[in-house]
Parts: sequence; C-alpha cells; structure tokens
Amino acid sequence: MYLDMELLRFTTAGSVDDGKSTLIGRLLYDSKSIFEDQLEAVKNVSNQKGDHYLDLALFTDGLRSERQQGITIDVAYRYFYTPKHKFIIADTPGHIQYTRNMVTGASTANAAVILVDARNGITEQTLRHYYIAYLLGIKSIIVCINKMDLVNYSSEPYFLIQEEIIRISQKLPVANLIFIPISALKGDNVVKPSANTPWYSGQTLMQTLEAIPIYNHSHRGPLRVPVQYVIRPMLDEFHDYRGYAGRIESGTIRKGDKVMIMPSYMLSEVTSVHLGENFLEEAYAPLSVALTLKDDLDLDRGCFICQPEQLPQTSSILEVMICWFNMIPMKLNQLYTIRQSTWEAKCKIIAQHYKINFHTLSEENSQEELKMNEIGRFTLKTSRPMVFDKYSQIRSTGSFILIDDNTNETIGAGMIQ
Amino acid sequence: MGEYKALFTIKMNHLRELEAEAIYIIREVAAQFERPVILFSGGKDSIVVVHLAYKAFWPAPLPFPLLHIDTGHNFHETIEYRDALVKKTGVRLIVGSVQETIDNGKVKEETGYNASRNVLQTVTLLETIEEYKIDAAIGGGRRDEEKARAKERVFSHRDEFGQWDPKNQRPELWNIFNGKKHLGEHFRVFPISNWTELDVWQYIYYERIEMPSLYFTHKRKVFCRDGVWLAYAPFMKLKPDERVEEREVRCRTIGDITCTGLSLSKASSLEDIISEIASSRVTERGSRWDDKRSDAAMEDRKREGYF
Repeated sequence: MYLDMELLRFTTAGSVDDGKSTLIGRLLYDSKSIFEDQLEAVKNVSNQKGDHYLDLALFTDGLRSERQQGITIDVAYRYFYTPKHKFIIADTPGHIQYTRNMVTGASTANAAVILVDARNGITEQTLRHYYIAYLLGIKSIIVCINKMDLVNYSSEPYFLIQEEIIRISQKLPVANLIFIPISALKGDNVVKPSANTPWYSGQTLMQTLEAIPIYNHSHRGPLRVPVQYVIRPMLDEFHDYRGYAGRIESGTIRKGDKVMIMPSYMLSEVTSVHLGENFLEEAYAPLSVALTLKDDLDLDRGCFICQPEQLPQTSSILEVMICWFNMIPMKLNQLYTIRQSTWEAKCKIIAQHYKINFHTLSEENSQEELKMNEIGRFTLKTSRPMVFDKYSQIRSTGSFILIDDNTNETIGAGMIQ
Repeated sequence: MGEYKALFTIKMNHLRELEAEAIYIIREVAAQFERPVILFSGGKDSIVVVHLAYKAFWPAPLPFPLLHIDTGHNFHETIEYRDALVKKTGVRLIVGSVQETIDNGKVKEETGYNASRNVLQTVTLLETIEEYKIDAAIGGGRRDEEKARAKERVFSHRDEFGQWDPKNQRPELWNIFNGKKHLGEHFRVFPISNWTELDVWQYIYYERIEMPSLYFTHKRKVFCRDGVWLAYAPFMKLKPDERVEEREVRCRTIGDITCTGLSLSKASSLEDIISEIASSRVTERGSRWDDKRSDAAMEDRKREGYF
C-alpha cells in the first residue's frame, strides 16, 4: 500500500535550452509516472509541430504561452514515486528575469539538480544557480552535465566542468556535491545506466536522488513553535480551553515540558499536546499541533514557544542577505513590511554592504541600489524587536519576506546571518 | 481539559508531512482572512480538506462555512453526503445555485449533446463570492491534476474580477504565505496542492474517513460516449447510437453528472481503490469531459475564475 514513504523535495535549475524540461519529462517517463492520456496529448501536440521524436518537455510546460514559445515561465511542481520515496520537483525556469523563481524553488528543497550543457560548459547562470542553492542552505547539489550525446560521450567536458565547480565549492562548500554525465533526450544515466559512458562509474540520477540524505534532523534542534492561531472553542464542554496552534519548526515537545514564551520571557508548562482529537505522547518538527499551557498567559500569533535553556536571539538590528524580486529597486530607509514565520512588523534597510557579482561570485562593494534578481548583504532595522535564529541554524526563524505596502506584493526574501 | 487518555505516537512519513503542511496552510487562512469559506464539491479532495480543517481547529468547531456551487445536475449521493456532513459537524452551508444564475438571465444554458453547466459554475461562484464578501476560498485543487494547476500558488491571488494572472504570481518562499490584498480582491487557497491522487486515497485509508458510496463499485445505468462511460440522467440527450445499459462502475472524480466519466471497476474497498490507482495507466482527469474541450481548456477556465 506504500503507506510509509519518505518525502524528498528537490529543485531543478538550468539555463534556457539546457534541457531541463526534457530531463524532468525523462524522469517521469522512464519512472513510468506518465499516464496514457498525458502521453496521448503530448503525442498529438508533437505531431502537430512536426517533431521527429516525442518532445518530453511538453509534459511539463503547462501554460499555453510556454508551449508556444518553448520556454518555461513559472515554477511548476511535479510529483513522482519510487517504492520508498515520494518526490516533489520544483521546476524553475532558466530565464534570467525569472531568477526569483529559483530562490522560491530552493527555499523548500532538500536537494538541487543543476543542469549544465556539456558543449557550453559553465556559464554565469550556472554560477548563479550554484550560489543560490548554497545561500538557501541546500545540503545536496547534483550537477548534471547534459547533452552528452552531442559531444560523442567524450569525458573531457565532464571533467572540465567538474573541476571548475569543485574549485568554486572550496569557497562555497556544500555537504554533498555530485556530478553525473547524462543525456536527457536519449535517457543516458537518468533512470537507466548508460553504456555510452564507460568512464563513469557513479550512479544514475534516479539512484542518486533515492540515496539523498533528507537531513531532517530538525526534531533534534532547539524547540521553536511559532504561534499561528489561538483556538478558543466557546463551548460548555471546553469552557476554559485555550489551545496554541502552530507548526513545530524545530525540536520536540512533551507534556510536562517547561517552556518560555518569547518575546515576553514568560515561563509556563505544557499540559497537553494534541493533533485533532488525538493527544500525543510527544510531537516534533515538522508536525502541526496544538498545545495547552498551565498558566493563563497573554499569548498570541507571532509569539514563539521555546525551551528556557535554548532561547533564540532578540534584536531590532539584523545582518541579512536579501534577494530582490521587484521591478522597482530596493530603496534604503524606505518603510517595508517584514514577515518572518507568523510574526510581522515594519522595517527599513539602513545600510548596504555588498552585492554578489555572479560572473565571479565575489562580494562587490557597490552603493548602487539592489535591482531585481540581485542578491546583497544589508543591515536591517525592525519597528519592534525580532525573535530570530541564524538562517544556517533554523530555516524558519531565520528567514523572512519583504512586502510592499502599496501593492501588497512580495518584493524580497531574506536570510539572517 | 479532562485527563490524558491513551496517548498516540506519531510515525513520520510522507502522509504525516503532507498533513502537517495542509493544517498549517488552513490555520494561516483563519489567521490572515476575515471571511474564508471551504469550497465543497462533495468530491474526495474537498472531503479531505474538511477533515484537515476539523483537525486543525479541534476542539473548536470549524471557523468557516462550506460553500457548495450547485449545478443542479448532481448525483443524489453527493447531496446526501453533503447534508449528512453538515448535520454531523454543525458547520454552516452556503449554496450558490447555477439554476438561479440561469433563471436570472446572467448566463445562457448550453444546448446540444454535450451541454454542461460546468463552465457556467464560474459565474455563480464569483457572484456568491461577491455577495458574501468572501476574501478567501479554500479549495481541494491539486497540482498533479492538470498542467495549468501545476503552476498555481498555494495562496493564489484573484483580482477584483476574480481573474488569475499566471504570469504575475507572488513568489512563495519557505512557509511564508502573503495573503495581503486590496478591497474586492480575494484569494483561492489550496492546502493539498502537493498531494497526488494516491496520497489522497492513502490518507483517507489512514484516517478512516467516510466516503460517498459513488467512489465504490455499484450497478448504475450508464451509456458510452466517445469511449467515456457517463451516468444516465433523464435530462441528458442521447445520440441515436447510444444505448443505456447497466454496468458495475465507480467514480474516480465527482463533479457535475454531465461531465463525470465513470470507470468500469470492481473496487469495493479503500484497499481496492489504492491498488487500482497505484497500477492505473490513465489520470483521473482523463475521463473528464470539461478538460477535453481543448489542450488549454483548464488554463482558460482558471484565468476567468474557475475553481
């Protein structure tokens, strides 16, 4: 019945024409995740366009304008299974103006698959993708050197690309860095091992994905439960009930645990932990639960339930990395809304330190304003003190978005350093 | 709060992770919006959403009403299930009637053999959203259902005309959902975006959720149109070569009776359904007439404000 599968989320990135949609089409097709009616629909469109072979990219290009232009516009999510895993792919476009989508896809991913065209080698886009995966804290990066069929399966481009990325990783290290020579179009080393690359003894992409450590040790970290909503039933039966609903972002919690509420530093004790009607022995990240406490405290959305021994930091001045999403560049000292987890306040960016140059991956001292798709380091000031952790320690309490108060759009994303 | 009875231990797997994500999203709606509803169609996805919402707020009752857009062309089993659910949970039910929209002359009923009220639903839905000043409508849409849905956000913005602009969607990072909007705009929210059909049935099995009888095999009067088995109802027009016969069928999706294809199946239990889906070669929407109209049929309807 496949009831106990592990969930792996990964993101895919590549430049235009690197064959990303084809690769995903290939993964789905060879893992038998394409259904007959989908295949039929794609065959029809492929025939109409006069293609000589089945255009696997059509499985993923969802919007009509994408199918017409042959490019992917927006992040699309895909799903497939192997007996022990459920996979969620965040398929992100390679177009330069859509780089914000890679940040979006990477923000929830356990792994990143980066495509490089064997003929072109490393481009600025490859550096950008590597950097974003690194910055967003992705532990496993799989570099697929694609279109091996077009270089006659020669090992030379593969090793050149590998060497160059290893050099970059010395400055920007990731825990798990893997290189695979593939042809998404022909299927080499995607799901089936290839006879065309005898010089490669590693695993196929599918085998690699199945073996990715999910690094979900967040239940061992310090306790962080951001209060989302207060449940007050107004029923005779539950007259005094007050439940604090939230997702455990880090740590484990049990009945009887001593907790400290931030930012008020009030102490209390957990009297029950439940998920719906089921009272739990213990609960841990990433479960969404409700807690009841011994004391009647003034505790609302935006508060954090923590352990007194392992408290988060509190400050209204933060050192952050920001990725900008909006056509209108960032303005220093302008008022924005900041949202971190369930907490919200106003903020200003008060100092700019550097911007990332994607040609060299160096920190560039620039006072030019941060434009769309750029990333830089800043000092930010919030209207009220923020309770936070460093992004590298706890993702959820170390990340935030910036919202424009006039348009309500999400205009930037940040990570606390 | 009474004493602790039997304590449960939770084993983490993909279903528990999807459940935790969905409950988080539903609670975000309660926290960020003033007048949310759950769109209830009587199908498995909306039943799962109601179940998740119940878990999210227990012991409090559901903090939002159900909204059913009634085409008037329902399976009677759907209405019976809906009414029983309302009675059991005490939740408030709002019904938007497509018949009324037609009677008021706002839309014109389709004619011909493939006449369906499926497209007309959008008008009734948008009218009801305006009438009740609904600012968030929680739906059971899943990204694996259809290509256009694969690009939809969890918090999906709709302008004051109810339209979806797929090229200008707000980026969604981590678990931070931005539901800020101007007056007159609303959001569609999809807590089970990341679930597949298989996940939904596994979860139903896991949680022992009671399902409408339509999903299990039963004898029904049906006829075959262009390779799709449709349920026969007296208001449906048959082509000369179509014959009504009795077959053992079940629904894989439940929608308007005029466009819901049935599959010939002997699956009589949740276990049977799960193994049927795990080995299935056709998607659940493969038998939906509404999607077959053109390659971009779903995208067009969604842009205009469809579910």
